[in-house]
Amino acid sequence: MSDEVSATDDGANDEADAEHPVVVRDLAVSYGDSTVVEGVDLTLEAGSLVGLVGPNGAGKTTVLRAIRGVVERDAGSVRLDGAPLETLSARAVGRRVASVPQETGLSFAFTVRAVVEMGRTPHRGRFEGPDASDADAVENALARTRTTAFADRPITELSGGERSRVLLARALAQETPALLLDEPTASLDVNHAVETMALIRRLVDDGRAAIAAIHDLEMAARYCDRVVVLANGRVRAAGPPDAVLDADTVHEAFDAEAFVGRAPATGGRAVTAYPSADAAAHRVHVAGVGPETARIVARLGAAGHDLSVGVVPAGDAAALAAADVDATVVSVPPFADVDESAQATAVELAECAAVVVAVTDGSGTLTGAIRERADLVVDTADPPTDETLLARVAAAAGSDA
Amino acid sequence: MRVRRRATLWSLTLSVVLAVTVTVSAGVGPVRIPPATVLRVVANAVAIPAGVEFGTAGAGPLALPRLGVVYQSPFAFPVDDTHRRIVVLVRLPRILLAALVGFALAAAGTVMQGFFRNPMADPSIIGVSSGAAAGAVAFIVSPVALVGTLWIPGVGAVDVNLSHGAGVSLFAFAGALVAAFGVYAIATRRGRTPVATLLLAGVAVQTFLGAVISYLQLQAGESLRRIVAWLMGHLSGATWSEVLVVGLVVPPLFVVLLGYTRELNVMLLGESEAQGLGVDVERTKRVLLAASALVTAAGVAFAGIVGFVGLVVPHMLRLVVGPDHRVLLPTAALGTFLVAADTVARAGATELPVGVVTAAVGAPFFVYLLDRREVYEL
Repeated sequence: MSDEVSATDDGANDEADAEHPVVVRDLAVSYGDSTVVEGVDLTLEAGSLVGLVGPNGAGKTTVLRAIRGVVERDAGSVRLDGAPLETLSARAVGRRVASVPQETGLSFAFTVRAVVEMGRTPHRGRFEGPDASDADAVENALARTRTTAFADRPITELSGGERSRVLLARALAQETPALLLDEPTASLDVNHAVETMALIRRLVDDGRAAIAAIHDLEMAARYCDRVVVLANGRVRAAGPPDAVLDADTVHEAFDAEAFVGRAPATGGRAVTAYPSADAAAHRVHVAGVGPETARIVARLGAAGHDLSVGVVPAGDAAALAAADVDATVVSVPPFADVDESAQATAVELAECAAVVVAVTDGSGTLTGAIRERADLVVDTADPPTDETLLARVAAAAGSDA
Repeated sequence: MRVRRRATLWSLTLSVVLAVTVTVSAGVGPVRIPPATVLRVVANAVAIPAGVEFGTAGAGPLALPRLGVVYQSPFAFPVDDTHRRIVVLVRLPRILLAALVGFALAAAGTVMQGFFRNPMADPSIIGVSSGAAAGAVAFIVSPVALVGTLWIPGVGAVDVNLSHGAGVSLFAFAGALVAAFGVYAIATRRGRTPVATLLLAGVAVQTFLGAVISYLQLQAGESLRRIVAWLMGHLSGATWSEVLVVGLVVPPLFVVLLGYTRELNVMLLGESEAQGLGVDVERTKRVLLAASALVTAAGVAFAGIVGFVGLVVPHMLRLVVGPDHRVLLPTAALGTFLVAADTVARAGATELPVGVVTAAVGAPFFVYLLDRREVYEL
């Protein structure tokens, strides 16, 4: 369970941390009297992408700012490539980490190439002109972000998506081992969001390291090697996305009921959040098959009910959803007849449940034994809304007791 | 590379324009002098160091031997001596002072607009002009005359009389720096100087100094005319020593500013982004503030409050050469605006204060630019 996850992720020790691009230990930051971030540990290894997730105001941006040294720390240490942040000049920091802001404050009509060239600032002497390595870095950055085509256009004439690619290009031109990205996909449409994340992924696979503050949990799960969940300025959980992004963590961090399943298209985590219903939890048995049953299982599971499901054919949508909410599942192999023992188990589970929900499409898949015990029959032709469903379950549980 | 070439080309072009304007301007006035004559006078005035001679030992306790440089003039064009005197002693110092003051104000204005990311910023925004005005006015109204004799080793006794122009300039210069430093000190907390705070501190100090100046004007009595003339900006009566002083102060500081053009570009992104790009924002701000305060102070100390130059010239050139400070700063500094404005000021029957001309010409031109192009996007 997530609340047992130690704040020190991966149990890394300080000796081994020395050479990682970014190592944050016990970070605390406050603005005025309010503590925004406290006790945050974070290690960014070379060649890895760490997703910083959490609700609004959790302190994601503050952590990124603290790594760059633009906010003062109350406590804790930040090391970049082994060197303590406080010993580094702004220029030295600019050679170690490059940051990609959500938007740029630039409203002057600089050309895209000039903006990307600004990324070379930490590499150039005061009166030095750009040399061959600067030109190479700029052209490379333009090519990788596919911005070469509009390199000579003023940045003020670009669309939001194009601008964000230019900002990424500028960070690439900095040629730093680590990238810090603040909501790299927040203002992008689906296509550009995926494209941007895929590009970041490729950069990381080529040896860079990146920390991205990400709103979209599925995006984080799909592209990140590790995620760090922040809530109220503290690390809630940290680790590989599959281990960390579960319904409990999402519930605690975001204060939302959530169903965490598997997106069939990507195989990654798919997080569906619901508004908190705050209903009392009960033992609920659900009988039925198909997507409508899966929806009901997901919603009831997210609401915190202790579920059992069956009998369902293994691999059915309902069976998958049941597995994702850790329900007790009575299943039979697909296309097989429902055998006696499975039937008996299901009936027994239904019997000890406070509420039994039967989902039917009228085809008689449901056996009489459970149908008889159903407190609530849902017709797939006329399914209830989530709210109605939860209300009816609560009512059924109340009348039972 | 392309940026450097562009900067060089624009600078050369504007230098030629400036040289032509200076030549034409030197011919304008009650006595008309043809440009060819002006060029001959200038050529005759060119002196090349030809040798060194040891003079007799100087006076004073140390009695160091004096080292003298012998100059030779390679040209000897026949020119009317009256024309020579008018050009060399009256017009050229004034025109060159105009060029240098214009250079200073435009450079400082460019830096301030970039620094504050605000198109309405000009050199006076950090209190420099108000400080200079307060210093100058205070000196003019004060009954104390600073007259004395300084004993400089190796040189001997030097009579110092600060009761006139030099004293006003000195006090204006000091007032400008004190005001700028005051604004900076007010706006700085724990080593950080937020730009917005700086702007407001500037407004506060300017308002306060405005009150001081108004009060002093009320008490001024007979020197009121002199105060008003100073406040409106003036270049009349410029001397070669003034040109020399401004010429020694402004160009070295301008080189410092040139060294920060890349930072200025990056600062346009906002401070947080600039920091991320490896710019030490607070240090850069201190350097830029100090250098542009000194540059502006040197300009206004001798020319008084010449409005609009620091505001309009950077704008005009930004429309022509674009926002890149690596090109903009040198071209803005070479803008010929103040030389042209001063020529207009003294072309008529009665001479106008140059500040009146810059405002009267600058404001409508600015409106025209606003109307034609997209200055408001800045």
